[in-house]
Amino acid sequence: MGDYPSRSDNATAGDLGVTSRHAQGAGAGVYPSSNDEPPVGGGGALPKKARFSVETAFRALSTAAGAMVLVIIVAIAAFLVSKAVPALQKNNGNFLTETTWFPNDAEPVFGIAALAFGTVLSSLLALLISVPIALAIALFLSHYAPKRLATPLGFVIDLLAAVPSVVFGLWGRDYFQQPVRDFSIWLNEYFGWLPIFGGEGPFGQSIMLGALVLAIMVLPIVTSLSREVFQQTPGMNEEAALALGATRWEMIRTAVLPYGKPGVIAAVMLGLGRALGETIALALTLGITFDISFNLIQNGGNSIAANIANSFAEANATGRGALIASGLVLFAITLVVNMTARAIIYRRREFRDSAA
Amino acid sequence: MSVLEQEVPGVVMTPDNIRTRKLPPAVNLGVAVAALVVAAALVLGLGIGNWVLVIVLGAAFYLGGLFFAAGRVEGVRAARNRTMKSLIYAACVLAVLPLASVVWTLVSKGASRLDGDFFGTSMNNISARDPMGGAYHAIIGTLEQVGIAALMAVPLGVLGAIYLVEYGKGRFAATVRFFVDVMTGIPSIVAGLFILSFWVLIVSPYFNDGRPQFSGFAAALALAVLMLPTIVRSTEEMLRLVPGPLREGSYALGVPQWKTILKVVLPTALPGIVTGVMLSIARAAGETAPVMLVAGGAAAINFDPFAGNQQSLALFVYQQAGDASKYAPARAWTAALTLVVLVLALTIAAKLLARRNKLSR
Repeated sequence: MGDYPSRSDNATAGDLGVTSRHAQGAGAGVYPSSNDEPPVGGGGALPKKARFSVETAFRALSTAAGAMVLVIIVAIAAFLVSKAVPALQKNNGNFLTETTWFPNDAEPVFGIAALAFGTVLSSLLALLISVPIALAIALFLSHYAPKRLATPLGFVIDLLAAVPSVVFGLWGRDYFQQPVRDFSIWLNEYFGWLPIFGGEGPFGQSIMLGALVLAIMVLPIVTSLSREVFQQTPGMNEEAALALGATRWEMIRTAVLPYGKPGVIAAVMLGLGRALGETIALALTLGITFDISFNLIQNGGNSIAANIANSFAEANATGRGALIASGLVLFAITLVVNMTARAIIYRRREFRDSAA
Repeated sequence: MSVLEQEVPGVVMTPDNIRTRKLPPAVNLGVAVAALVVAAALVLGLGIGNWVLVIVLGAAFYLGGLFFAAGRVEGVRAARNRTMKSLIYAACVLAVLPLASVVWTLVSKGASRLDGDFFGTSMNNISARDPMGGAYHAIIGTLEQVGIAALMAVPLGVLGAIYLVEYGKGRFAATVRFFVDVMTGIPSIVAGLFILSFWVLIVSPYFNDGRPQFSGFAAALALAVLMLPTIVRSTEEMLRLVPGPLREGSYALGVPQWKTILKVVLPTALPGIVTGVMLSIARAAGETAPVMLVAGGAAAINFDPFAGNQQSLALFVYQQAGDASKYAPARAWTAALTLVVLVLALTIAAKLLARRNKLSR
């Protein structure tokens, strides 16, 4: 003890002088000159933090890239508003309640009411058709099908989500319209006393055709998202239900569905978001009229996005502004729907992580 | 004397009453046939529909009959189980029908114009009475727009994901992550309108003597807006799968963080990142609306993405679908088939790559 001086007494030990940043040797024990620098006690041989380095630059670059997303979202809102306001000021009708769309006239009159109504009606109808079927397929893939069948089938479902909407639109207009027309005539004959199936025709290019095509397009998204949720059900919950003597359906009802409920709600809302924004498929299949009607089978129907696609070519400056204004409404609607869906998913994730 | 050995009067322990009783398959089949016969008799007898109604009504009768028969033999709970299973299988069949129809129509109608002319010529000087004309200009447009969009969106998206995984902490990173998810759901037409009001109407006049100008580059910008969130999300997921010890090993060797990310983390996650990028490219290639709003579409070949209208494959399908010429539908279907083949090839390649990826959940 004390026979030899400790290493730290030797002020030059470790002073390797590798670079300019290795100025001080170990054990110099000097207090840092400013708060930015770490205390240079025994660790003085380590390189000091440089004021500017590749590290700082890279970090700033990636932070900027991350912030870019926020910039884009804000820019979308800002630029749409800047182009929509001049057109809205020239509008002679009430933008929110007017159903007609004449923004190109000398005295422009246009309103979003009929378009927003058609958008919401066709999307909700599409979800009404596709969600039960999508959930059934998701359950089939996660709990009924043998693995050898489930894997390729899930693959095909994922592929279908990638098929461009214009292809579904073309199919709906050229091929699917005839069966839907026959079905509409049949519905009109036997259920014409219901207002939604009433009317004198012609039938075919109707809300029903649009909603059916939309349903086919939404189906893969809702299916693959809810399948993932169902597959995450804790195996122990399932086994516990089965061990208590539950049949397979009872097991699904008591263990799988309650666990997956928030995820399914989120999947449905994401599907709704996609259905609301769908453009080309509806532009090709709807009858394009400007009225508010619950009749599902008569030619007619319109949506915000389809109207933009259809009237963009012949729009003048005011007309373009009016279309941008309608796009702003669509943006707001989808933003609300998506944010709600994501908030549900996030809450569920926190719940799951804390439970685990 | 244990409970098991007690004789319960009137019950004989045979295999029949210690197992649950099952509905024999023959009865199942009988119910199906009976349901179809009843439905056919009802529909055709009253003349209220054709064979489609027979099948739909028959299926409904079958489900009802099965529930009744199984309920008598197996009990209500087992019957409900059976009915739900049948419903779930029926839903799968119901969903496959339209999808098979789409594929069949696409292939049968699309094959009619699959010739060299279609892939070698544009629509320049093709009048309504001309049977020829092709999609060469549209294919060029799609490749250029998607390529430029990928050049912009991929670095930005990967860097954004690096921020979220490696650097991002606290409220700001959470906000960015949330809005990346929200941005995934922005309708394509809104992205088109955004680029229309930002690039075409405000910025492009500076490059074109004060007149707004459509261009392929504007379409690429819109597609990049759509691709960005998908790339960030998929890359983020892949980077999170890179094992922590790999990073720590690199730090322990004195490698700074940026070099660790570029030399260790990114190469490890690369196959997954490429998969995500390919999926987003496939999605962008199929977009019609934004291209229509900001590139305008054209009949002639335009190699320059920075000046003048440009066509894209999806927009070509839409325009030919609305064309009055009797030769237009054939062109539309062939272009649709080409587009689907392109998109599906990208998607399948991406999925196969993902399957070979060693970093999986």
